[in-house]
Amino acid sequence: MKDTLRLAIALTLIAAIAGLILSLVEAVTREPIAEQRRLETLKALQAVLPPLDNAPDADTVELIVGTDKKGKPIKRLFYRGRKDNELSGVAFKVVAPEGYSGNIEIMTGITPDGTVSGIEILNHAETPGLGAKIVEPAFKGQFKDKSLANADWRVKKDGGQFDQITGATISPRAIVKAVKGGLEYYRDHRGEILAEQEATQ
Amino acid sequence: MNLAREFTKGLWKENAVFRLLLGMCPTLAVTTSAENGIGMGLATTFVLVCSNLAISAMRKLIPAQVRIPAFIVIIASFVTVVQLCMEAYVYDLYKALGIFIPLIVVNCVILGRAEAFASKNGLIPSLADGLGMGLGFTLGLFILGSVREILGSGSLLGFSLFGAGYQPFLLMILPPGAFICLGLLLAGMNRWEQG
Repeated sequence: MKDTLRLAIALTLIAAIAGLILSLVEAVTREPIAEQRRLETLKALQAVLPPLDNAPDADTVELIVGTDKKGKPIKRLFYRGRKDNELSGVAFKVVAPEGYSGNIEIMTGITPDGTVSGIEILNHAETPGLGAKIVEPAFKGQFKDKSLANADWRVKKDGGQFDQITGATISPRAIVKAVKGGLEYYRDHRGEILAEQEATQ
Repeated sequence: MNLAREFTKGLWKENAVFRLLLGMCPTLAVTTSAENGIGMGLATTFVLVCSNLAISAMRKLIPAQVRIPAFIVIIASFVTVVQLCMEAYVYDLYKALGIFIPLIVVNCVILGRAEAFASKNGLIPSLADGLGMGLGFTLGLFILGSVREILGSGSLLGFSLFGAGYQPFLLMILPPGAFICLGLLLAGMNRWEQG
């Protein structure tokens, strides 16, 4: 009994010290980590949006875009870029669930009339050397200036006009579909996304 | 106690990657490029040195019956420290290594050195042992990462080696390439050892 108590005290002490150290480190790194994440979002926003002079991550509107399998609402944040107080573009994250391995997260930027101004791949786990080529400018660039009206949103293999990648059709197909879905949502909910412009300023 | 020997044994004679074949999970998984190999190796080295020091310092206080849970708590704490610091200060590397940083906890090199060395030896030898083992692990990951990057992407540390015409040997940066490459390296080293 006495021995058990000794063991318990030793382990408790070690865990307590570990907890103390961890909370200290967490407190020190909390700010830089938040800043890194903000910078990453901001970098992606600036890459996909037309020229802007505001802070798009401070000018946002959150909408419920659907429900997941469990019936929970899926929220999507819309970032609005402005130049000289005029709306220059809207950016939002779309998720392509049909990637070759796992979800592909894409930041999509569009001009107010619904034309793509750029896309940026935020997260993916596609095969290195094959599907992973979706991050290359040659692939991402072909989305620029495309809209629902002027493009056939399918990869070439399926009869559309987006280049697939040699040896990897699944990843581009998933992305084309996801970006198209984003554009359609924008077309149908343009009012809500652009609303409250005055209220948030 | 020969300090130099404690240090150098990890580099070659008891190299974790090429001799003991410990820590294979990160070894095979993250070595798609030389940079990833170095990053993972240095993160592991840091954890190994810290945990060796802490465990060596506390070796007389930790009751033998609960030493393994105590080691795990100590190692996990240092891994979390590394993870938070990497996310805060080297974000790109943090994203590249992803899930494998938390998995340093279960890297058997670290628990192995804690159990086999740090819990039986003093501070200075444990430091030498941790540094040597960690740098040996880093070296192993760097070599494996370099070979796979050169063959699989035609570059080294991100610099293109063969120009645009090079047709990359894709298999080498896919998972099977890790096994093939490690196997061939081991075979070569065994051959060399035997002279």
